[in-house]
Amino acid sequence: MAEQGVLQEERTLSETPSEEEELVAGLRAGSDAHATRFVRANAGWMRAVAFRLVRDDGLADDCVQEALIKALRNIGKFEGRSKLTTWLHRITVNEALMKLRNRKRLQEDLIDPLLPDFDENACRIEAPWTKRSTAEEILSQAEQREVVLSKIRDLPESYRIVLMLRDIEELDTAEVAEALGISEGNVKVRLHRARAALKKLLEPLLRGDAL
Amino acid sequence: MTPSYGSKAWRFMKGAMLRNLPLMITCRQFEDFLLDYVEGSLPAGQRRVFEFHIKICRECRDYLAAYREATKLGKQSFDDPAAPLPDDVPEDLITAVLEARRSTPEP
Repeated sequence: MAEQGVLQEERTLSETPSEEEELVAGLRAGSDAHATRFVRANAGWMRAVAFRLVRDDGLADDCVQEALIKALRNIGKFEGRSKLTTWLHRITVNEALMKLRNRKRLQEDLIDPLLPDFDENACRIEAPWTKRSTAEEILSQAEQREVVLSKIRDLPESYRIVLMLRDIEELDTAEVAEALGISEGNVKVRLHRARAALKKLLEPLLRGDAL
Repeated sequence: MTPSYGSKAWRFMKGAMLRNLPLMITCRQFEDFLLDYVEGSLPAGQRRVFEFHIKICRECRDYLAAYREATKLGKQSFDDPAAPLPDDVPEDLITAVLEARRSTPEP
């Protein structure tokens, strides 16, 4: 399944505020037609969100199914302070995280080899940075995108999840901490290490070397 | 004799300078500030110290540029306006959701 981003979801959101109110009212009244419209309008992008996190089609389907059932059962608790899709996004992310927790404890894989290098004087070891105009000079956008996605997939799981939740799903630090059951400080450490590791994994692309 | 740029002696002197002179931080300390700096949440005083380090340390300056670029590429890789909208949601998934809704009363 293709990995698609937040923009994809935004393009899916065709409900205007008044349409959304009407939809929510219909769902609360138990209308089958409204439920069908709601499920068909949202299942696609929710599946893309779930897949980004769990990276398994079957698990992503389970997430969407359970998230939608949960949303329909709890529509009475939706207060309308955020958009319906924001609320759904959060439910989907939580379902995906629950699946990951059930599948295995997030592995504290060794990330040390991907972290920055320092010498014995606490001085950084870093090759000179020469910004290429764009990475497309050697790769098409699609190829570049595929390289980056594959490197993100290569990150140790406990770091990849934090990077995904913060940088891609755009949860804030407190939300990520709550979703993962870790401290905000820990979220920041993991996010920084994940970005640092991604930087190291992308060095050949960033510097225009052979991949 | 002045040690050549990047040599072992040069790095020793650089490390000693960064550790001991006022308003300086080592590259390792710079690393601890980095996320807060790029997120814009570093207090003004610490930001000044951080930015002074960027001015005098070529390695950290280059590292920061590559770190920003990698973060940007990571975010962009999921924003693909040319990609088709997901339309491969299995019909049985949709049916299962709707049936579960019908069979379960609201709590």
